[in-house]
Amino acid sequence: MTKNKSKAYWKDNIRYLFILLTIWFLVSFGAGIIFKNFLNEFKFGGFKIGFWFAQQGSMYVFVILIFIYVRLMNKLDKKYGYDK
Amino acid sequence: MVMINSILLVQKLSVQTWTYILVGITFTLYIGIAVWARAGSTKEFYVAGGGVSPLANGMATAADWMSAASFISMAGIISFAGYDGAVYLMGWTGGYVLLALLLAPYLRKFGKFTVPDFIGDRYYSNTARLVGVICALLVSFTYVAGQMRGVGLVFSRFLEVDINTGVIIGMLIVLFYAVLGGMKGITYTQVAQYCVLIFAFMVPAIFISIQMTGNPIPQLGFGNELADGSGTFLLDKLDGLSTDLGFAEYTEGTKSIVDVFAITLALMVGTAGLPHVIVRFFTVKRVKDARKSAGIALLLIVILYSTAPAVAAFARTNMIETLSNQPYATVPEWFKKWETTGLITFVDKNNDGLIQYVADKNLNELVVDNDIMVLANPEIAELPNWVIALVAAGALAAALSTAAGLLLVISASVSHDLIKKIINPKISEKSELVAARLSAVVAVCVAGYFGINPPGFVAATVALAFGLAAASFFPAIILGIFYKRMNKQGAVAGMIVGILTMLYYMLKYKLGWFDAVLPDKSEWWFGISPEGFGSIAMLLNFIVSIAVMKFTPAPPKDVQNIVELIRIPSGAGEATH
Repeated sequence: MTKNKSKAYWKDNIRYLFILLTIWFLVSFGAGIIFKNFLNEFKFGGFKIGFWFAQQGSMYVFVILIFIYVRLMNKLDKKYGYDK
Repeated sequence: MVMINSILLVQKLSVQTWTYILVGITFTLYIGIAVWARAGSTKEFYVAGGGVSPLANGMATAADWMSAASFISMAGIISFAGYDGAVYLMGWTGGYVLLALLLAPYLRKFGKFTVPDFIGDRYYSNTARLVGVICALLVSFTYVAGQMRGVGLVFSRFLEVDINTGVIIGMLIVLFYAVLGGMKGITYTQVAQYCVLIFAFMVPAIFISIQMTGNPIPQLGFGNELADGSGTFLLDKLDGLSTDLGFAEYTEGTKSIVDVFAITLALMVGTAGLPHVIVRFFTVKRVKDARKSAGIALLLIVILYSTAPAVAAFARTNMIETLSNQPYATVPEWFKKWETTGLITFVDKNNDGLIQYVADKNLNELVVDNDIMVLANPEIAELPNWVIALVAAGALAAALSTAAGLLLVISASVSHDLIKKIINPKISEKSELVAARLSAVVAVCVAGYFGINPPGFVAATVALAFGLAAASFFPAIILGIFYKRMNKQGAVAGMIVGILTMLYYMLKYKLGWFDAVLPDKSEWWFGISPEGFGSIAMLLNFIVSIAVMKFTPAPPKDVQNIVELIRIPSGAGEATH
């Protein structure tokens, strides 16, 4: 029983990691590097979008990602009774 | 009347007096904290007793992380590199996402004192532990030498003492609080140092943002129109100025996409593999605190890191507008002052009395050091003397906090991993604490020696430290947590191949040891620079680890059980031997 519980917990955890790290990759390596030239065609105030992701946006998203992870995991710990 | 007098006095104080006052106050504070938080046990010495709050640990991690290079050099590097500077911004922050999601919670649950501790126990082998110790020492020593040099430089520029005297003063301060307080002392001094350094970085940035764009928030300001009423966006103006002088467009950069990708990745995984960062997460009480403090640390780091590119763009525009094609005879006072330090040099090649600042090396007459952008910025923007002095105190806080964190990793590697775990397991708690303090003393002296006699490859060492951490620790720790079947043969083979390939590439393509002349860019593997090669060496480590594991026996049952245990957050005991 506990074995199944810990397996299910781990599976949920891996799913969260996969989603969050995909976003992590898309904003930095995607928007900031690979698609930079394309995104630079568009502007947001004085910022070209690709440049903005590389020097500002990706960092803000990183911070948000960690706090989302903290929330998700705190909930998951509670659901499986691992929060004690 | 008294008040008016004192206001007049404040205005009259020179930069030097202000620097003495601010540096004096902050140093007294650090020493006071160290005396209050001295370590009484090995647990306090290695992990601050294990009860640090997530907020305090987040602040300490941020100060630990932001070195003299982040504080002094980064904005300047971005200023000259334009878009390419993003590799540092994304690389040195994105690593915290990996750290928070893939490493910190599990390592905290594992509950040991050091990174080689994890490697040695998870891979049930003292060989693995020893490889871990060697990697930790290599990474930390390469890093700390640069920090001591940074301390010396700041002292010499602002207090007009000799660089070597500066290094020695810095050594004595670090020695005092690292040896006395261990991790406990370092943690609480780093909390104070974060406050000093972030205040010192933000004040001039905000002033300059208001001057240039009218917006007090630098992050927004550099996307605004210039305050001169021209209606031009600052970045458009800067792109135009850059191309006029023959440079690449500021927002485009010059590096290839492949190389930018590789460098960013190497810095990210290197960050997540640096022992002095990882060890900070052993100091909190529970697994959930480790996650939370990683988030707080990154938030506090991003405050500075998102300001730096704004400062870079302001400073670059300011510099070109003030100096390009202007007569040398009428340059502002700060130009002459920094010229005497050798950080700005001007040679009037065509004898026209004007400063030609252009991309073409044969025609260019002005050379400006990266570090000027932050150090001289308050003077360029004509800010009050106390702001200039504040920058000095902030730079010292940044350098000292990072140096102290690194020294602790070195001393714990020697006294705990080497002496207690390999050489003499029967050593008493008291003797181990003495050994820890002695190794800290030796480490400070070695670091000081490198600070005074910097090895020729100092410029290469930061990239080297990240590359080495990426190539050695990152795969071994990730596989140790996420791949139960990973065994000691695989991990040891992977770490050795990873670190040796990284060293070889660095020596060949960065330092030119194996050829008569340094090999050209065109010979780089896959077009990847030595700075970015850590990502290739890391991949190689993963491949070798998994391949070797397939042909060797699975780890013993009890080790597999440990892996199952670290995946569950509850019941994280206190850090133990």
